[in-house]
Amino acid sequence: MKMNFKNRDIVSIKDFSKTDITAILNYAKHMIPYAKGEKQIDILKKYILSSLFFEPSTRTRLSFESAMNRLGGRVIGFADPSATSQKKGESLADTIRMADAYSDIIVIRHPQEGAARLAAEFAEVPIINAGDGAGQHPTQCLLDLFTILTEKKRIEKNHIVLLGDLKYGRTVHSLAYALSLFGAELTFVSPESLKMPKEVINECKEFGVEPNSTVNLDKAIIDADVLYVTRIQKERFPDAEEYNRVVGTYKVDNELLKQAKKDLIIMHPLPRVTEIDPEVDATHHALYFKQAFNGIPIRMALLSLVLEGRKL
Amino acid sequence: MKELKIIPIKNGTVIDHITAGYAVKVLRVLKIPESTSSVVSVAMNVSGKMGKKDIVKVENRELDPHELDKIALIAPKATINIIREYEVVKKHKVELPNEVVGIAKCSNPTCISNAREPVKSRFQIVSKDPLRIKCYYCDREPEDIAEGII
Ligand SMILES: [Zn+2]
Repeated sequence: MKMNFKNRDIVSIKDFSKTDITAILNYAKHMIPYAKGEKQIDILKKYILSSLFFEPSTRTRLSFESAMNRLGGRVIGFADPSATSQKKGESLADTIRMADAYSDIIVIRHPQEGAARLAAEFAEVPIINAGDGAGQHPTQCLLDLFTILTEKKRIEKNHIVLLGDLKYGRTVHSLAYALSLFGAELTFVSPESLKMPKEVINECKEFGVEPNSTVNLDKAIIDADVLYVTRIQKERFPDAEEYNRVVGTYKVDNELLKQAKKDLIIMHPLPRVTEIDPEVDATHHALYFKQAFNGIPIRMALLSLVLEGRKL
Repeated sequence: MKELKIIPIKNGTVIDHITAGYAVKVLRVLKIPESTSSVVSVAMNVSGKMGKKDIVKVENRELDPHELDKIALIAPKATINIIREYEVVKKHKVELPNEVVGIAKCSNPTCISNAREPVKSRFQIVSKDPLRIKCYYCDREPEDIAEGII
């Protein structure tokens, strides 16, 4: 079995085969009691993680820090780009060289696409991409797959509806790719102006998946097993009027859910704004908070696979 | 009088079948004239069998045909002819390598390769026909490849 993750960079979900992903997800299952603090473990106690957040993302950063701490490791780094030497004009490459010398693994979040790939070139230690601009965010993708797997027992053959900003939302692009790799059935629901790019649809087709595209959520939700909701971001629109017109298009509330399957699960990468009514939180459909928790076991699994090989 | 558009050279390299209008970009990629003191002649918009083309001749220097593969991005139909004593002794059609470094700029303005970082642009060839390339850093495929040539 080829499964050597030791010292591997985690830059894009596309760097992984289906076998790799399955191995990570299965390993993450073992991490759940440790992630909850029900069991203790310190397999990473000799390691230091550099957490370099060149743009703020509290959820992702805390999730990585918690994962490292749960495994007995330590974390150094910064959460606020204004405090870094990049402000003084230092190149990313030089910051990476420094972190490389100070730690055993680097987690990087950066506003520019390709930053993690570049970091991997300048670091001897492994790099984990925690989001690079509109580019990749592989740990988000893995935790989404993990959530579907743990709730539905399998990824393939589920009917998964991706809803919202499918044009600019990077999460949905990687997710559509990965779900196709596993052979899920896909429906893309978005306003006309925010449709899934053709390249992403073509990638799905390469895996033999024929996604449906529609503007009609009412119909799509009827036989959905998973509804994956994304936020429509204001900064994507040239003017406020266009944004206001589009943002109210879809609203997930209890009325809509009357038509849904009993075991439909609703996911969201968070933060949400108005796209899911808070009344849905109390229903058994709402999985988004558990999904956010799943970031911990997934990141624990990755950290220990990359730093220690397979060990638990 | 026969018009002497293209003067034959005795020894050196002739790059033929360059897409019309791209000779200057080819020279730039080859770092001509900075990299050579040889006589270089350029012919543009020459009528050929397959429409107009550009030609570049470098005298007294045999350029490595494989090194010239990188111009395939700009001039995919180019041929490299090595000339000795007015004879073509070696003929090579350019062939795209699997990766091209430092030739084209990424079309994505927020790509890290366009920032002030100590790296060269880097593209991977997705498909040769039709030609599709992808930025190694940001995965973006430029729509107009020639436009990005540095
Ligand atoms: Zn790029």
